[in-house]
Amino acid sequence: MNKLKNLSKYAATNIKCYGMVIVAFAVLYPMLQAGLISNKVSGLLIPICAYIVMAISLNLAVGFLGELSLGHAGFMSVGAFSGVITIACLNDGMPAPVKLLIAIIVGGILAGILGLVIGIPVIRLRGDYLAIVTLAFGEIIKNIINCLYIGIDDAGLHFSMKSANDLNLAGGKMILNGPQGAVGIEKISTFLAGVLLVVFALFVVLNLVNSKTGRAVTAIRDNRIAAESVGINITKYKLTAFIVSAVIAGMAGALYAMNFSTIAAKKFDFNTSILILVFVVLGGMGNIPGTIIATTLLYILPEMLRQFSDFRMLIYAVVLIAVMLATNNARLKDLRARVSAKLKTHKGLNAESGGKGDVSNG
Amino acid sequence: MCQMAENKDRMVPLPSKSIVPERDVDKTPILETHHLGIDFGGLTAVDELSIAVGRTEIAGLIGPNGAGKTTVFNLLTNVYAPTRGTIMLDGKSTARKTTDQVNRMGIARTFQNIRLFGKMSVLDNVKVGLHNSINQPLVSSITRLFGYSSSEKKARDEAMELLAFFKMEDMANKEAGSLPYGAQRRLEIARALATHPGIILLDEPAAGMNPSETSELMENIRRIRDNFSIAVMLIEHDMNLVMNICEGICVLDHGRVIAKGSPEEIKSNPKVIEAYLGKKKEANRDE
Ligand SMILES: Nc1ncnc2c1ncn2[C@@H]1O[C@H](COP(=O)(O)OP(=O)(O)O)[C@@H](O)[C@H]1O
Ligand SMILES: [Mg+2]
Repeated sequence: MNKLKNLSKYAATNIKCYGMVIVAFAVLYPMLQAGLISNKVSGLLIPICAYIVMAISLNLAVGFLGELSLGHAGFMSVGAFSGVITIACLNDGMPAPVKLLIAIIVGGILAGILGLVIGIPVIRLRGDYLAIVTLAFGEIIKNIINCLYIGIDDAGLHFSMKSANDLNLAGGKMILNGPQGAVGIEKISTFLAGVLLVVFALFVVLNLVNSKTGRAVTAIRDNRIAAESVGINITKYKLTAFIVSAVIAGMAGALYAMNFSTIAAKKFDFNTSILILVFVVLGGMGNIPGTIIATTLLYILPEMLRQFSDFRMLIYAVVLIAVMLATNNARLKDLRARVSAKLKTHKGLNAESGGKGDVSNG
Repeated sequence: MCQMAENKDRMVPLPSKSIVPERDVDKTPILETHHLGIDFGGLTAVDELSIAVGRTEIAGLIGPNGAGKTTVFNLLTNVYAPTRGTIMLDGKSTARKTTDQVNRMGIARTFQNIRLFGKMSVLDNVKVGLHNSINQPLVSSITRLFGYSSSEKKARDEAMELLAFFKMEDMANKEAGSLPYGAQRRLEIARALATHPGIILLDEPAAGMNPSETSELMENIRRIRDNFSIAVMLIEHDMNLVMNICEGICVLDHGRVIAKGSPEEIKSNPKVIEAYLGKKKEANRDE
């Protein structure tokens, strides 16, 4: 009985998450194939997938680990540009999906390594300090990539931090052109790949949360002192969650970059980090289904408001404030709690008596 | 016999009146402190604390409010680093270890102000306690393969067994923070026991309990010692409980040990009666 109830809670989240993704895919993919979706809308699909993956990744760090990371776009950036460099180096004859897969994996690994390097000093900091340091880190990444010049020719990769001329390319092509960012990217990201990456991120995060590692991470968030007292190595588990989060963000970055022919480092700035944080906060800390919905709606909203041109961001901000106030309204919360409690007691009555029966038998 | 006397001399030399019971005297104490002390700025919270706790002893640490009892627990679990002195756990020094390492060396505790993982289920709270005995690497956490199911099942079975020990099986799936007070205290003990300690430290386990809950707690503390064959050290203000179940008692006042011995000796010690009971009245007036 207990096992069943326990399973069903975990299963409910899983069904909600995977269900939403599968339904969305099942509806949109045939329409896309049949050309029923306008270019404007279809252009949003891959970025939405990438941002959903980013939000899932950030929810692991903020919602489950309880650490406010304000530099998450930095990991996305590293994944994006390492992915771009990777496909430029790969053989032209290679099929696009394979190239994309390799680029996403490389982007994830590099972002993960960076997560480790940054995580070691940062993870010991608490609360506000960690937030500020991650913020600074995101800006540093942006500025470094802004002055990177990378090109490729028959002799291999050429690096410079000064100018494109310093690369001394013999023919070949530019990959990264300083502030202009990556140029001439092969646009190999597809909606299918985006959906698969969302499913992968869901698989990793949902499984992780319901495991030994996830329990340790949640325990640290809930009560650090108690977690230490039962023998949990705080640094090790915080670092693990932080790195997993960074890897997923890097993968999202690679997917995102390969949806455009050019992309600049300033795309992944503080504003982007905050945007993702807004998705997470609105979707709910530790609430993955909510995060998926919030990301989708909030990403589409500004696009739908384009007709208001100058007032677009103003309306967006007002809607955001209204939604935040509504979801945090004490009375509304109370109402929701009462409704769900009613539903629960209705369903739970049988289970309860079953549980008591077990005790008297045992 | 001679050997025994020698051992007794060697193993339990610290307090002039040892609080180690007879059945443990020929073994190394599970816990020893030597001249332990800590200062907070100018305040000496604990000083010259030298005690030894036997392997299956129920020991009491008493004293008026602010005497330094909780600080002693924080020292023993390396939450605070001592200013002076050493701590030996199972014959090994715990100097420069972290709190989680010390737990793995065999010391578990509960807290004066309950510290549960309030948003997690009761079962998961105990599973967190089992953390270091669950063999589940990160890959199997993520993939749910490579022994994930068997490790989770083993954890679940042991956690349920521990909950059953405290008659809490039927609460397994409740949110820990929603339990009544007494059940939260029991859960905290169950979680501490899940770490397979050699000694468990209980900080005011009877605080806020009614008489029937307190007598159930007394029974549970005895059962913990008997079933798990471990030492229990407890801080408690309920003198009835302390005098009933503790084999050795150490009395602290202003961070210093003012008496040590069996319940009978403590009860009749004039210093204790004067310092402790006098203070207690004061403290009660404060509250
Ligand atoms: N972290 C700390 N910093 C400063 N003083 C402390 C700290 N912890 C405890 N103390 C002081 O040490 C003394 C003993 O406190 P405590 O061990 O909590 O007493 P008890 O548990 O016996 O009631 C008190 O005077 C308290 O203010
Ligand atoms: Mg205390």
